[in-house]
Amino acid sequence: MNVDSIQNGIVIDHITAGCGLLLYEQLDLGSLGVPVAMMLGVSSRKLRKKDIIKIDAPVNVNTDVIGFVDPGATVNVIRDGVLVEKRTIEMPERLVDVIKCKNPRCITSCEQELPHVFRLSDKERGEYRCVYCDTKAETK
Amino acid sequence: MKSIRSVIDILDLSTDELEGLINVALDIIEHPDKYADACRRKKLATLFFEPSTRTRMSFEAAMYELGGNVISMTDGATSSASKGESVADTAKIVSCYADIIAMRHPKEGAALVAAQNASVPVINAGDGGHCHPTQTLADLLTIRRELGRFSDLTVGLCGDLKFGRTVHSLIGAMSRYPGVRFVLISPDELRLPDYVKNDILDRCGIPYTETASLDDPMPELDVLYMTRVQRERFFNEEDYVRLKDSYVLTPEKLARARRDMRVLHPLPRVNEISVAVDRDPRAAYFREAANGKYMRMALILMLLGIEVR
Repeated sequence: MNVDSIQNGIVIDHITAGCGLLLYEQLDLGSLGVPVAMMLGVSSRKLRKKDIIKIDAPVNVNTDVIGFVDPGATVNVIRDGVLVEKRTIEMPERLVDVIKCKNPRCITSCEQELPHVFRLSDKERGEYRCVYCDTKAETK
Repeated sequence: MKSIRSVIDILDLSTDELEGLINVALDIIEHPDKYADACRRKKLATLFFEPSTRTRMSFEAAMYELGGNVISMTDGATSSASKGESVADTAKIVSCYADIIAMRHPKEGAALVAAQNASVPVINAGDGGHCHPTQTLADLLTIRRELGRFSDLTVGLCGDLKFGRTVHSLIGAMSRYPGVRFVLISPDELRLPDYVKNDILDRCGIPYTETASLDDPMPELDVLYMTRVQRERFFNEEDYVRLKDSYVLTPEKLARARRDMRVLHPLPRVNEISVAVDRDPRAAYFREAANGKYMRMALILMLLGIEVR
């Protein structure tokens, strides 16, 4: 199966197989109003299987979201059909308004316009905790 | 500009600072007159959005004994919070009237939000089931005065270890000292949260055991920290009723404990310690309540940057 290469846009590559749809949702790509191609379970030399997302427009994607969902992914910026930038993704130390704290006892459940902030509490396990109540972020 | 220091979690204080606070508290006990005017013209605001007797009165007594004044909001239901004012706004406003704030709130993280918005130091006087650092200061001074050390102690924590904020704070503080081990005594539903186990005990390599029995570990304990099962932390009354009498410390149970063991409790107790235990010299919980005032005095002095010579 072939998907045409893009001229100006973003390719999110090396997504762990099975994480593509989740990343699509978390990045809210459906609301961008631009063509987006999803390729799931593509053969990969490095990962054996991977997912790829191609966005056919020069948009900004929130790399904190990618780092939270799948820090092994890469972001390639394409301009005039040429790869001009390859961004390596890392787990962010802090996540601001990326995920919501689900603890009903947390101050974020009632305080007006308080950002939902999580800190990376365990890098090895990719674990994030709410800075206000220490509740662990739910599984990605 | 001088940075504003707040204490939200016991881990905001270094081991040296804890030692300094204990030394100041011991000096206050020895020489109260020296401190009688230390906070003259200073005001403490006590913002209690949740019922409290001893913590609020202890803070207020602490400030009065330092020669300062107190302004109070003692009931969230009759304050602007009932009109929907945010914690952030309340903290900004109260900063205009007071030099330091002590705040209790039912929501976890509320004190952190207050500290982020206040222009004066904020002391967390309890944020839901999360943290209660000044109770831990009282616990530490009690352990120091009663047992003379923090190292090489076996500390039993009994009751509601899930929502018991004082338990979480005490574990954080005691984990810094060598040779400390914990025995976690609770029903399954009220076991210590994973974040305390993972982030503090496992990460620091602190030995601990979990058990549902209060009797079995009794002879090995240096400290038994009893807690109340808190009705206000339950969404479901049935769960509360089922769990509230999980443990009751009686003279018979205490008979198996060491002679130099000490029983602590953050109070109030409901019925988890029999009144008959009060007469036992090992019952240190009323002395602990007195110690709380001295540690709060020391903390107020530290956060206001006041040194007494």
